[in-house]
Amino acid sequence: MDVTKILDAKGLACPMPIVKTKKAMNDLNSGDVLEVQATDKGAKSDLAAWAKSGGHELLKDTEEDDVLKFWIKKG
Amino acid sequence: MAKTITTNELAKKVVNHEETLILDVRNTDEFDNWKIEGGKVEVINEPYFNLLEGIEPVEGKFNKDQEVIVVCAKGGSSEFVADLLEESGYSNLYSLEGGMKAWSEHLEPVKIGDLKDGGSLYQFVRLGKGCLSYFIESNGEAAVVDVNRMIENYEGFAAENGVKIKHTLDTHLHADHISGGRQLAEKAGATYHLPPKDAEEVTFDYSPLEEGNYITVGNTTITVQPIYSPGHTIGSTSLIIDNQFLLTGDILFVKSIGRPDLAGKAEDWVGDLRNTLYSRYKELSENLIVLPAHYSFAEELGNDGSVSARLGDLYNKNEGLQVEDENAFRKMVTENLPPQPNAYQEIRETNMGKVNPENEKQREMETGPNRCAVQG
Repeated sequence: MDVTKILDAKGLACPMPIVKTKKAMNDLNSGDVLEVQATDKGAKSDLAAWAKSGGHELLKDTEEDDVLKFWIKKG
Repeated sequence: MAKTITTNELAKKVVNHEETLILDVRNTDEFDNWKIEGGKVEVINEPYFNLLEGIEPVEGKFNKDQEVIVVCAKGGSSEFVADLLEESGYSNLYSLEGGMKAWSEHLEPVKIGDLKDGGSLYQFVRLGKGCLSYFIESNGEAAVVDVNRMIENYEGFAAENGVKIKHTLDTHLHADHISGGRQLAEKAGATYHLPPKDAEEVTFDYSPLEEGNYITVGNTTITVQPIYSPGHTIGSTSLIIDNQFLLTGDILFVKSIGRPDLAGKAEDWVGDLRNTLYSRYKELSENLIVLPAHYSFAEELGNDGSVSARLGDLYNKNEGLQVEDENAFRKMVTENLPPQPNAYQEIRETNMGKVNPENEKQREMETGPNRCAVQG
């Protein structure tokens, strides 16, 4: 996948993963892909809901060794 | 910085029927699945991520000086939102410490009644999950039924009341919450009782809870009389205490009845469930006070925050007891069942001693409502 930017939000608790994701998204252009890495389990459903409400597309998410990764395409 | 409120303080508001406004800032799926209910609680949902650009989504929903308790999953986002609102001129905000995770673990003891020969029966209401456990004390001794994982609550209560826990009992192998019965028994030097038919796969020693056995608590004649009442699980057992109280486990609730499918045997057990509800319990005194192991609806909480009903009244009012046709009953308890409780398979395996997840994992497994009932 063509990733424009990687955001490391590991070790951060809610609401910070979303706050930082939102900030990182503001610097990207429509169609760019942001990869977010997080360890807070709550980030999973929140990021999906946030992306949807903001008109972005959650392309894929994975979980490996307690690290959650998300790829979000800016809308 | 916004103020905080503890789960203990919030629980008092709920059981005392104080007007309470909650702003739940979790995402809407989680909110719809599970929220704070009971008493005079009113809840508004607005996910925290919708408030990052400004608080317009909640503007006008409450007054600037109104008391609002902000709630999230673990307590971080609620504090964040409360601070945002304070910056916008709202002045009476509280963030719930520990969020829904802590709320799920709070136990509120409510006295149900006195025993005839001295002693009392208390119900521990788990407001965040709808689990009910029972503390029976008499003459310095106690028995605890359907113990929750947070055993320090019962240990503290026993110490405050100067009683020694001699017995812990599970009415059945639970699928919605992790039992603390075995652990509490080990720590207190008590005996752990479990119905043998639910214990075929367990990896630990226990005392079989069987029909015809009596368990004495204290020196008085308080006896726990187990009645085999299969249906929710094959070994489900009800307890009659002091000829006054009927602890029904997950067989009969105040507004609903137990679901027979959580161990994957709905078809096999539906007959047992019907037999228990429509014949066995009918032979008992209708003046018995039914005390279930769960409740599902906030309106089941009585004026003092407890959950109970007279058996005879349930035969008139509980919809699960009004289905004369056996096929209609079978259909009701095997079709269109609500979703299963979170992680119910893992919870069952934990309660059998087959797996032993670390504490944080156990807390996660227990999030969400109990979902042990089917509605009539």
